[in-house]
Amino acid sequence: MVETREESAERKWVGKSIQRIEDPRLLLGRGGYIDDMRLPGMLHAALVRSPHAHARIKSVNVEAARRLPGVTAVVTGEEAAELCNPMPDFGPDPTRHEWRCLAKDKVRYVGEGVAAVVAESRAVAEDACDLVEVEYEPLPPVVDPEAAMEPDSPLVHDALGSNIAYEKTMVFGEVDRDFEGADVVVSDHLRWHRSSGQPLETVGAIGNFDPGSGMMTIHVNSLTFTSYLFMVANTLKVPSNRLDIHPHPAGGSFGSKFWAVKVAIIAGMLAKHTGRPVKFIEDRVDNISNSDHHGSDRTYQVELAATRGGILKSLRVKVVDDYGAYIQFGVGHHGNALAQAVGPYRIGSLQYELHAVLTNKCQQGAYRGFGSEVQNWVLERMVDLMARELEMDPVELRRKNFIQPDQFPYFIPNGNLYDSGNYEGVLDKALELSDYESWREEQRRLREEEGRYVGIGICTAQERSVFSATEFWFWFDEPAAPVTSMPESVTLDVDAMGNITATLYSCAFWGNSPETMVAQLVAEEFDVEPSQVNVVYSGTNQGLPATGPGGSRFTVMIAGAVQGASKKIKDKAFKIAEHLLEAAPGDLEWSEGGVAVKGSPDRRKELSEIAMAAHLFKHSLPDEIESGLEADQVYDHPYTTMPSEDRKNLGVFYPFVGHACHIPVVEVDIETGKVSFLRYTAVHDAGTVVNPRSLNGHIIGGIAQGLGTALLEEFVYDESGQLLTSSYQDYLIPSALDVPEVVVGHHETPSPYTVHGIKGAGEGGRMMAPAAISSAIDDALRPLGVRVRELPATPERILGWIEAAQAQSSS
Amino acid sequence: MSEHRRIAVVVNGTPYEAEVETRKYLAEFLREDLSLVGTHIGCEHGVCGTCTVLMNGVSVRSCLVLAVQANGAEVMTVEGLATDGQMHPLQEAFREKQGLQCGYCTPGMLVRAYELLEENPEPTAEWVREGLANNLCRCTGYQYIVEAVLAAAERLRGSSVAEGQPFEPATSSRTNQEA
Repeated sequence: MVETREESAERKWVGKSIQRIEDPRLLLGRGGYIDDMRLPGMLHAALVRSPHAHARIKSVNVEAARRLPGVTAVVTGEEAAELCNPMPDFGPDPTRHEWRCLAKDKVRYVGEGVAAVVAESRAVAEDACDLVEVEYEPLPPVVDPEAAMEPDSPLVHDALGSNIAYEKTMVFGEVDRDFEGADVVVSDHLRWHRSSGQPLETVGAIGNFDPGSGMMTIHVNSLTFTSYLFMVANTLKVPSNRLDIHPHPAGGSFGSKFWAVKVAIIAGMLAKHTGRPVKFIEDRVDNISNSDHHGSDRTYQVELAATRGGILKSLRVKVVDDYGAYIQFGVGHHGNALAQAVGPYRIGSLQYELHAVLTNKCQQGAYRGFGSEVQNWVLERMVDLMARELEMDPVELRRKNFIQPDQFPYFIPNGNLYDSGNYEGVLDKALELSDYESWREEQRRLREEEGRYVGIGICTAQERSVFSATEFWFWFDEPAAPVTSMPESVTLDVDAMGNITATLYSCAFWGNSPETMVAQLVAEEFDVEPSQVNVVYSGTNQGLPATGPGGSRFTVMIAGAVQGASKKIKDKAFKIAEHLLEAAPGDLEWSEGGVAVKGSPDRRKELSEIAMAAHLFKHSLPDEIESGLEADQVYDHPYTTMPSEDRKNLGVFYPFVGHACHIPVVEVDIETGKVSFLRYTAVHDAGTVVNPRSLNGHIIGGIAQGLGTALLEEFVYDESGQLLTSSYQDYLIPSALDVPEVVVGHHETPSPYTVHGIKGAGEGGRMMAPAAISSAIDDALRPLGVRVRELPATPERILGWIEAAQAQSSS
Repeated sequence: MSEHRRIAVVVNGTPYEAEVETRKYLAEFLREDLSLVGTHIGCEHGVCGTCTVLMNGVSVRSCLVLAVQANGAEVMTVEGLATDGQMHPLQEAFREKQGLQCGYCTPGMLVRAYELLEENPEPTAEWVREGLANNLCRCTGYQYIVEAVLAAAERLRGSSVAEGQPFEPATSSRTNQEA
């Protein structure tokens, strides 16, 4: 189960760094993004946004705006509540924290939309926004989540009667016993501030309603969960079979376009209202302040128990998560954290206490890791702290506690499964690639001879992939919807010339490589060139069930769908070939892109010959063969089990678990607090790799985002709930000078449960880098007694920590 | 508010004359009036560099430059890179090195890289990184972009005539396999 080079040698296309199919059109400036599309008669929308964190809307005067030449319509929140039902909401008890596409009665965060203007151009729409007069009655803002939990706190949602949307403590295994029996317990208070994916393209949509047919067509750059689009139809008050959503390529997502339906709903609502196509593209301030996709914002109290000999026994986590004003995905982010809560270690028991709190901020959505990256950071912080407490080498402490290769499949205390892995193999490769030992020597030398603060960090952590839906509801004793599979589908169609078209049913393209992946997978099945495969995207109205990218699931799931559809086509192709070659069933084999008689390779039919017969010569073929050569495959989650009723066991819900080891070497300038990189090594095990170059790109890009999370990026709300970071001058995205060269390695342990042994891998870079960089800063500043307990570790914070540590040591 | 001016501008070698609103940005003019939608808009406040185009050979943020300011200027956008159905060596190198993922920053990145190589045909990796630091990319972590620019520089140095290859709409059978 270690290296798969021999096995991958049997594959012709899976495992090759072919050039991406998507790239030529992107390089030519013909990407086809949503804002590139124009429909005849199309209008443009802009939003009036709330300047207050918390305020009652007393009145909205739109008369002046409506009178502006070029303005077609102005829709207030109150009118929108007539035009639309509340937004789809997967959170607990949505009726008690009702979410609407435009605020009605009161605003709950800075940036929330209170009215929408539709005009002949975007510029006129924005002019008219300035003419909308909103009278607010400011209310006391709810900003600090701990204060928000107090019984006398002002309420974000009066109907909820509290700001605590959800809380629960789950205990898995004998936690109290393990802590009582432990020799050493370390505890810490940790803080992870909010950031978000911030793709360079915002969310956009074009709504187009045909009053004659009642058909609502929406073009979007965000499409996921096609099985749940009936909820969008319900919001828009159209029948579910009269809603057709067409996916367009997205200029990045990183989670932030995952089920980002508000923009589509606003565009659809305005199109229905005006009777004309309406384009609504968020501007950057919309996207920063009103995207519904801020990342985790958590405060932790954590305890880790171990023996004196360094055997990790148990973990207790208490987390307060500041969800902002709404909670659209419930606490699924903590389902993600639970999927790999004990990391790669044999930690026997786990307590997880969650408080999900509502405040006057933009709500959380998805950001690469979906909350599991925070758990990785927390656990790795604690393991580093334990190593310090035990005076053990942090590498050896990790090695000592790894789940071993012969222990897979391995059930963690809460019941989730790790399918496979070889964590020491990954670690050893990373140590080698990073020149770990020589850097330790160099670190000593630089410290002693030059007084420089150089640190070597380590993170050994998990990347769960391919969720099942149980993680969204196992929190509740009586779930409203105990759904299970999150399917992915494909249609393969071999035309009369033998050319293959693959139709995908979820989001078009987010910067991942769905076309390249599918072309390689289809080429593998049919033994053809990937260039022969055409990949297209279906609208949802004719669509099969699809979930789209998210939770590092797409490649694993589409591989299953492609294999299933290919088998159906090949089965039919064999039947036709039996007839054409007058051969018996079982005498034929797939060979070089066609069908040949075993042992007589010259007696063969090309796929094109079989396809021509299938399409045109039905009456020459046996009766039971229908014309055509196409197949659908809906591929359901290959391995998920139900949670137990008492929730002592959550079942298998996120089972294909990759692993990575990151080793950064940093230098901290203690005069300025600046962190710079001297080296960065990342070794990943994502099972069988489909396109190594593409995966490396995702790993390096994910590290850049993790670096942003670790050092730069933070949405700052002041005590009045004002958002202080509403532009890229304040919200700092890493530039080419901030991101180091990364040395990437792979150690492939194929999953026993997936097609080709693939594991998901799209999020790994960001899931490791914050922990690894924190560890490196700790190591650099160890002589000063500084540890990273809060991210981002901005220069200002680092200087503050140094100062505090010095004050403490001199007092 | 809606004052208009007549402008004359050469974009990718083609002369245009147009009546534009004085407040209209160059990016909007290119995208809406000329349908050159390859120039993308990222932050709309001049930080991300997504909308970079060359104006009289110098890179500008077309989300901050007014269309009227381009009156009399020569503008080059990403659509001006490929010629006669052949990708520019920079585009080829970006493809080979996978110097892009979502493609949204790519036009601005290509235009800026073009300017950099005009300035210095023999750049180092450090110089390229510094030169590209004003263009944000959220996908790649920049590494393969830097590799692509260096590879393009080498190719451009290799022959005075760019060795363009016809681009194919789908992947070719060429592979650049790596470990």
